[in-house]
Amino acid sequence: MSVIYILLAISITVAVGFFIAFIMAVKKGQYDDSYTPSVRMLFEDELVKEKTNKTILTKKD
Amino acid sequence: MTFATGKNEQIIMSKDTCFHCGLDTTYTKITFDDKSFCCNGCKTVYEIFSANDLTCYYNLQQAPGATPKDIEGKYNFLENPKIIEQLLEFNSDNTQIITLYIPHIHCSSCIWILENLSKLNSNISSSIVNFGKKTVRITFNYEGISLKNIVTLLSSIGYEPFISLDDYSIGKKEINRSLIYKLGIAGFAFGNVMFLSFPEYFQVGEFWLEQYKHLFRWLMFFFSLPVVFYSAQDYFVSAFKGLRSKILNIDVPIALGVSVLFIRSTTEIILNIGSGFFDSLTGLIFFLLLGKFFQQKTYTFLSFERDYKSYFPIGITKISDNKEESIQVYDIEKGDRLLIRNEELIPVDCILIKGHARIDYSFVTGESKTVSKQSGDKLFAGGKQLDGSIEVDVLKTVEQSYLTQLWSNDVFKKDKELAFTNITNSISKHFTITILLIAFLATIFWLFTDVSKALNVFTSVLIIACPCAIALSAPFTFGNILRILGKKKFYLKNASIIEQLAKINTIIFDKTGTITSNKETRINYEGLQLSDAEESLLKSTLRGSNHPLSRSLYNLLNEHNILTLDAYEEHLGKGIEAKYKNRNIKIGSAAFVGFSSDTAALNTAVHVSTNNRYKGKFTFYNKYRKGLSQLFNTLKKEYDLVILSGDNAGEENNLKKLLPTKTKLLFNQKPEDKLEYIKYHQTEGAKVLMIGDGLNDAGALAQSDVGIAISENVNVFSPACDAILDASKFNQLYDYIKISKSAIKIIKWSFLLSFIYNCIGLYFAITGQLAPVVAAILMPLSSISIVVFTTITTNILGRKLD
Repeated sequence: MSVIYILLAISITVAVGFFIAFIMAVKKGQYDDSYTPSVRMLFEDELVKEKTNKTILTKKD
Repeated sequence: MTFATGKNEQIIMSKDTCFHCGLDTTYTKITFDDKSFCCNGCKTVYEIFSANDLTCYYNLQQAPGATPKDIEGKYNFLENPKIIEQLLEFNSDNTQIITLYIPHIHCSSCIWILENLSKLNSNISSSIVNFGKKTVRITFNYEGISLKNIVTLLSSIGYEPFISLDDYSIGKKEINRSLIYKLGIAGFAFGNVMFLSFPEYFQVGEFWLEQYKHLFRWLMFFFSLPVVFYSAQDYFVSAFKGLRSKILNIDVPIALGVSVLFIRSTTEIILNIGSGFFDSLTGLIFFLLLGKFFQQKTYTFLSFERDYKSYFPIGITKISDNKEESIQVYDIEKGDRLLIRNEELIPVDCILIKGHARIDYSFVTGESKTVSKQSGDKLFAGGKQLDGSIEVDVLKTVEQSYLTQLWSNDVFKKDKELAFTNITNSISKHFTITILLIAFLATIFWLFTDVSKALNVFTSVLIIACPCAIALSAPFTFGNILRILGKKKFYLKNASIIEQLAKINTIIFDKTGTITSNKETRINYEGLQLSDAEESLLKSTLRGSNHPLSRSLYNLLNEHNILTLDAYEEHLGKGIEAKYKNRNIKIGSAAFVGFSSDTAALNTAVHVSTNNRYKGKFTFYNKYRKGLSQLFNTLKKEYDLVILSGDNAGEENNLKKLLPTKTKLLFNQKPEDKLEYIKYHQTEGAKVLMIGDGLNDAGALAQSDVGIAISENVNVFSPACDAILDASKFNQLYDYIKISKSAIKIIKWSFLLSFIYNCIGLYFAITGQLAPVVAAILMPLSSISIVVFTTITTNILGRKLD
């Protein structure tokens, strides 16, 4: 039955791991904007194809 | 520069609207790539996008763009290194980061194009949009592209950023995320403690459990430590503050309950007499924080704290020895000569020296009509110049100007929320005393019957009576109402505003821009009848002018053939003169058309004369908002109504006809007068709701119990206030006040509900049979049923509002 020590240790390590991930996510500001990422993830298909000889507009003033 | 024409497969929009911005293109004939555009500005943006393969912009949303504005010279202050240093969020050798506020951000196309800025300029390494806040965070290399060029680039594609004095030093602002941390920790601990305490709920006396229960209990103890000492911190602090100022706020019984729970549980596991209440303890704090979090609905795209700084520019052009120099607004000194460009805001009180001033004071007064000024006239801070550049001499510094002085009033320094006892705290006083009384009586009873149980009963009463459900009633009710009203375009700063709103008995309105609409005007013509030929000439002449008065008059007149004029001249600040064949026409101010007897005019008017003969005048009236009369008639039954206007009494008779007779009308009120008026009535016991719109109402909005700013477009700026109401919902005001009253009723009912739970819990506590499992069931049950009850009832209320 002393296997329970190992089980407890594992379960708490996993839990603490997720907890640290959460804290880091908050710290990085992932919870600051809850709307834009939901739009951004839909953009994938419209990605611009890189063309070889296109003109890049650098400055306009 | 060459533009490669991109291949486009998208649907061509109907010929009548601009492909870029969606405006009417019936009168313009600009086409490019088979698409019609309303102006060259929009066409240029399209050209930029198609040259860089960014036309996906138009696939995501139809006509998402804005017409780029001429910003020549407007951002010269971005060359000043001192200003740049303040604006940048991060600055090292070749990486700079800046966050810019762009009001035009409104759809997915905007996000897409702004996040692809690196395609337009390779020195921009990344740009990330925050849609809610309407900001874009740009990482760039200063060596390759200057800040001014970034702003110019953004403006050239129709996304002009708004940089105000408020941004100065904002770059270093810290975001407070402590509530999320606290909630996360409490939730984490709650889950784990629940899982560890579950075996002991039912399997008492089981062999293996007996073996390992100490380990489980001590694990629970360690999980609860951060909850008690970090997550619950605010409750202890608030309870301490309350006690120090001799107020028994709701946090007192909460703090008491939490400490008793923790101390008793710890003692129990140390002395090995029980498993403790760590599950209830962590659960309690988790639910309480959840309520706090829910109540904290913030509208990131709105700001309720704006003062003049949000309107004022950071830099201004100073002229010294015929040289132009960008200086910081705070560095302006008395006697300086400033250059105010077209569309720039005047930051200080000054005297006009050179140029034609046509000033739009709408920021200040809410009045959208422009005022023309002559050389030598005094100009006030807060006005926006609309007709080319002017030169002015500074009379006063920024802080001492007429408008900005208002902010030195003490009313802007006090926190309204602190002075107000909310419904939960007012009940908590009686609650706390009653609970303490019950605890002592029960203890005394047990001291005489069974001494061993006395301490157990005392702590049990304090534990079970911990007012979790009571403390949750208000946050969940108000939080939900806040969201419902937000959907109805009534945006509240925080939940306590709902409570304040339910208590008001006096409503004060500003006139211009509040009960009148800025968008629509009513135009009356007085004078000699105009012949058809004259009217056609008038319309043709107005067509050429961009003056707002000309535009509204043009739209009002009947359709006529458009004549090609022989001569046309616009005299800035005076009027227009035009000639067609043998007829000539003058439109403009009384003096300009040769009419001088018009002295007592209180309203804006445009005079007309043809062939040097005075014909008459078009008078512009503000149109009152739809349903105004009806709203006032409903409100008069319950509230005292007052109109405080900064304008002259020109509209007095009109208003008297329109509004209930007992409405008080006061005109010519300066910003300080409005503030004093409200202060005076508050000392007489009035609870004042102030509804205004301009910066000149800012003092009154701050002084009143609830200050609501009316806004035609919530994305543009409104002064500091407690709530922002979309102008289209103005006639619903009464319903919104009513809903706040119903919210109070809901809270009272849920108090009743939680008292019932408390009574059940107290039965277990007083009789000395409070087992951890009872507490663990009763506490979440009461909290959840309160949440369910308030959510359902507030949603029913919201449905009624439709």
